[in-house]
Amino acid sequence: MDLGGLNLFVLIASLMVSATPILLAAIGETVVEKAGVLNLGVEGMMITGAVVGFAVAINTGSAPFGFVAAAIAAALLSLTFGFLTQVLLSNQVATGLGLTLVGLGLSALIGKPYEGLKSVVLQPVKIPVLSDIPGFGRMLFSHDPMVYISLIIVAGVWAWLKFTRAGLVLRAVGENHEAAHALGYKVIRIRMLAIMFGGACAGLGGAYISLVRVPQWTEGMTAGAGWIALAIVVFASWKPWRILLGAYLFGGVTVLQLNLQAMGVAIPVEYLSMSPYLITIAVLVFISARGNQNAPAALAKPFHASN
Amino acid sequence: MIRLEKRPTPSRLLTGLTPILAVLLTMIVGGLMFWILGKPPVEAIRIIFWDPLFDPNFAAYSRPQLLVKAGPLILIAIGLSMGFRAGIWNIGAEGQYIMGAIFGAAAALAVYPKESALIFPAMIIAGAFGGWLWAMIPAILRTRFNTNEILVSLMLVYVAESILASVSQGLLKNPEGYGFPGSRNLQQYPSAANVEILPNSGMHWGVVAAFIAVIFAYVLLTRHTRGFEIRLTGEAPKAARFAGVNPTRIIVFCLGLSGALAGMAGMFEVAGPAGQITIDFNSGYGFTAIIVAFLGRLHPIGILLASLLMALTYIGGELAQLMLGLPGASIQLFQGMLLFFLLATDVFTNYRIKLGRTKLGGSQ
Amino acid sequence: MQESLLHIEGLTKAYPGVVANDTVSLTIGHGEVHALLGENGAGKSTLVKMIYGLVKPDSGQMTFKGQDYAPPKPSVARQTGVAMVFQHFSLFEALTVAENIALGMENPPAQNDLARQIKEVSQTYGLPLDPLRTVGTLSAGERQRVEIIRCLLQNPKLLIMDEPTSVLTPQEVDILFKTLRQLKSEGTSILYISHKLEEIRALCDTATILRHGKNVGTKTPSTATARELAELMVGASFDSPQKKEKDLGQTLLKIDALNVAATDHFGTSLKDVSFEIKAGEILGIGGVAGNGQDELLMALSGEQSVTSGAIEFDATDISHLPPHDRRLRGLLCAPEERLGHAAAPNMSLTENAIMTAADRKGLRKNGFLNWAGARQFAQDVIAAFDVRTPGTENAARSLSGGNLQKFVIGREVLQNPKVLIVNQPTWGVDAAAAASIRQALLDLAQNGAGVIVISQDLDELIEISDNFGALNEGRLSAIKPMASLSLDEIGLMMGGSHGMEAMQ
Repeated sequence: MDLGGLNLFVLIASLMVSATPILLAAIGETVVEKAGVLNLGVEGMMITGAVVGFAVAINTGSAPFGFVAAAIAAALLSLTFGFLTQVLLSNQVATGLGLTLVGLGLSALIGKPYEGLKSVVLQPVKIPVLSDIPGFGRMLFSHDPMVYISLIIVAGVWAWLKFTRAGLVLRAVGENHEAAHALGYKVIRIRMLAIMFGGACAGLGGAYISLVRVPQWTEGMTAGAGWIALAIVVFASWKPWRILLGAYLFGGVTVLQLNLQAMGVAIPVEYLSMSPYLITIAVLVFISARGNQNAPAALAKPFHASN
Repeated sequence: MIRLEKRPTPSRLLTGLTPILAVLLTMIVGGLMFWILGKPPVEAIRIIFWDPLFDPNFAAYSRPQLLVKAGPLILIAIGLSMGFRAGIWNIGAEGQYIMGAIFGAAAALAVYPKESALIFPAMIIAGAFGGWLWAMIPAILRTRFNTNEILVSLMLVYVAESILASVSQGLLKNPEGYGFPGSRNLQQYPSAANVEILPNSGMHWGVVAAFIAVIFAYVLLTRHTRGFEIRLTGEAPKAARFAGVNPTRIIVFCLGLSGALAGMAGMFEVAGPAGQITIDFNSGYGFTAIIVAFLGRLHPIGILLASLLMALTYIGGELAQLMLGLPGASIQLFQGMLLFFLLATDVFTNYRIKLGRTKLGGSQ
Repeated sequence: MQESLLHIEGLTKAYPGVVANDTVSLTIGHGEVHALLGENGAGKSTLVKMIYGLVKPDSGQMTFKGQDYAPPKPSVARQTGVAMVFQHFSLFEALTVAENIALGMENPPAQNDLARQIKEVSQTYGLPLDPLRTVGTLSAGERQRVEIIRCLLQNPKLLIMDEPTSVLTPQEVDILFKTLRQLKSEGTSILYISHKLEEIRALCDTATILRHGKNVGTKTPSTATARELAELMVGASFDSPQKKEKDLGQTLLKIDALNVAATDHFGTSLKDVSFEIKAGEILGIGGVAGNGQDELLMALSGEQSVTSGAIEFDATDISHLPPHDRRLRGLLCAPEERLGHAAAPNMSLTENAIMTAADRKGLRKNGFLNWAGARQFAQDVIAAFDVRTPGTENAARSLSGGNLQKFVIGREVLQNPKVLIVNQPTWGVDAAAAASIRQALLDLAQNGAGVIVISQDLDELIEISDNFGALNEGRLSAIKPMASLSLDEIGLMMGGSHGMEAMQ
């Protein structure tokens, strides 16, 4: 299946890889926003995950260790955001920006000794039988484990939000924290946990960039992926399956753009490399023009329990 | 058990004191960070905050640098603070700064090598226009389609960086530059150069513009209807609409002003301290200015002081890099921490901390 | 004496600057409907929050069925058998009725079972409700049913109801009372909070009256006179508003087929609203919350754009004019939401004064503001309306609800409006402040202004209006002279009972 020199199966396989960091970060942020918290620090948490994951993977020689460490580190970093916004009631927008700036500085500091090193390889998992299907096997069933884990997380978040009581409570907190508080739910505790989950997912996404996609460490390597993840949450109207769709669409654009660059298409490289950002803007405009009615009602509003 | 109790009226005293508290906390935790990095903490803090101003070996070079670095920060932060006050979050000042530099430089390079007293003023206008234009994109998308200006303005930074890379290798490339990317050096083009007004002061036209911006912002916020409307919109958007404030106008004004000021800052930088358009022309002023705006409590005078302090950390940071081999990124982290501590201490202006027994049932 | 269900002894709770409850004691028997009567700010809410475990008392004891009772959180109170229907519903608009109810239960059954139980309970008690509807689409009365059913599913021994009739039409009040009497007959005790004396006399066995946080008396409502209760509740007597005979002047404001689309997802759109108001007239607009009151005010103030020709003021079409120009012509408004709409909470009273008065008071020249003049105007409002505050530089949020409301109304009244539109002018305001606000509105009309009072308090409208209309689902009824209407007719104009068809 070749389209003008592009193999469709390869293209889809690589778009899944290319979309995974954003998918992870966006599904984490969905849970955070469903709880009524806007954490704009996704970029900072991703890049922290990227550097910690890389450093730990290099030092232990194990990529899985790297991912675990990245999730923990980014979750800890997100905890500072949680403490500031939930306990000290700071402005969520400003604090999220601060988290990004801190994350960028922190990662540059930690990453200095690791620049130019080669990452540990994460072995792909060939799913037996299915991966032998011609074309589709290579496309869907021969990826590294993180691609499957990201899909499992999406399905898990969807089911958890829809079918469990804890998911219902989380949605309730994001809709109306005063009412949830009046019913006796621990608004701050629930939001803190959501923020940490979002942090851990962003950390995994960041580590995927430095350990699989690139795979090495360079300063500022997330290059706006965290912000794009935030845009995808809006695009998806806070619905997990549409997060998957959005991330994969976006991954498709990126891969196509890279392939066109590699093929030497007569469009200047700079214009191709700005295309993901322009497309993100276009999508945001499209979604907002249509009117967004699914946003959690308490999103980004401060909560202070008083009587 | 600590709990927070809302003050009936925000504390004025603490509004002024919290930034100082935040700086002190940052020094302590920053010192700790330097110590972890194996550097002498007290010495590092001294090198960053004291030596650039008072050490006889460095002061002569460093003091003028203070204004050079503070100038663009003041200009950008003054513009951003207007929007932040109104709840309009332009976080793409870095992109507007780049576009201002490109437009400003292009205006000069278009007439190179003619000499005229009109060229520099035209560059200022072009620079401001470039930044304004770039900020109008999120402004129009927000007012027309209600698109989130945070994400759009930020995305446009990456687009501006791509454009910068493109023009420095194409449109604005120095034809006599032996094929290296980058434009002609405007410092060597007398009509276009943003020169130092007083020798060894660091005072260039951009700094003058920054001071004018401070005065303008102060008068606007305290005396003028538009400033009042901006504050009202930020405090209570619904009340602002009731009072008759047109939200579209406020969005366009705040984004336009911050874009124009950031664009001007970029133009003064490219015609002065930087000299030319290069691929890595931008150095993060647009993001640092966000910290400056908050550190200055979104108040013009506060921003002036905060910019000088932030400029000091830049210069002191370079010095510490030289003297102690402190990684450059640690200064970036240092600045980020400053914002965090500021936001953390901010709570005291609106809430009292009460020490008391635990209140059950969520009555904290 | 039969063992009591709930006994409270010496309950005290202090907040900074105010003792909300001062050694309050009371006893509620099994199957008793007990009224808690008091003005706004008398401490009723604090007391029930302590019973429900939301607030912990500073001192005092409670016993429930003879056992020590000190709920650390609401879930413990619910397990003990105490349930509460809040005045401001603690509901989640984007969730369904069943989801909302599940959130209020300790161990909710699976969604399908729950939906069936909801249907059962709602049929048993005559409270029709569809478990799968999204709460945001329900009327205020239906939302209250959600809360009540949520409570009933837990089989409570004590049901606390906080001002339940403030969101109901008279017909819906009848339905509610039937349900409450049925519960009583089944042995459930009810703690019924209200400041409406007639209701309490109709429903309650005993009444405890709170004033300034203290229990000032326990009475049997059926034997006590309304006057007796009122005096206990208010303490000092004050002048009730005086309405004088007057002739109406020429038409000032004419609304013709006003249509406004809803601004948000769960908002109400105005449909073909038409009315006019003459000089000297007070037009009362009644209706249950959420039937288009906010939308009407915002269309008149100019916050919401409307089609041309819909609003005529002084015989000129002003539909296209923004708020500034409408104010300059003499059309002023005071919205319902004090903090955030009528006033900016963190800004000083001076700043809040200039917010709407800049044009008519000449406090703006060439775009520059006259702060000294603004301070003087704020001072004038404070003096004329007896606003209790240390000074003009205090933030709006530091004022009590009643004082801020007096400030907001005073700010508009002192600008000499030709037509003033107020929404919920005395909501949550103590009786003395409410009386002075109503008097100010009457005086304004007496002096030849037209006044539109949008209110959910029927007693208020009956007291001061010349003419009456009601909003129901964004439609305005025909306007009729107040004196010609019976309570029943008013109720029908408000839409009778909402959502009763859901059972069929």
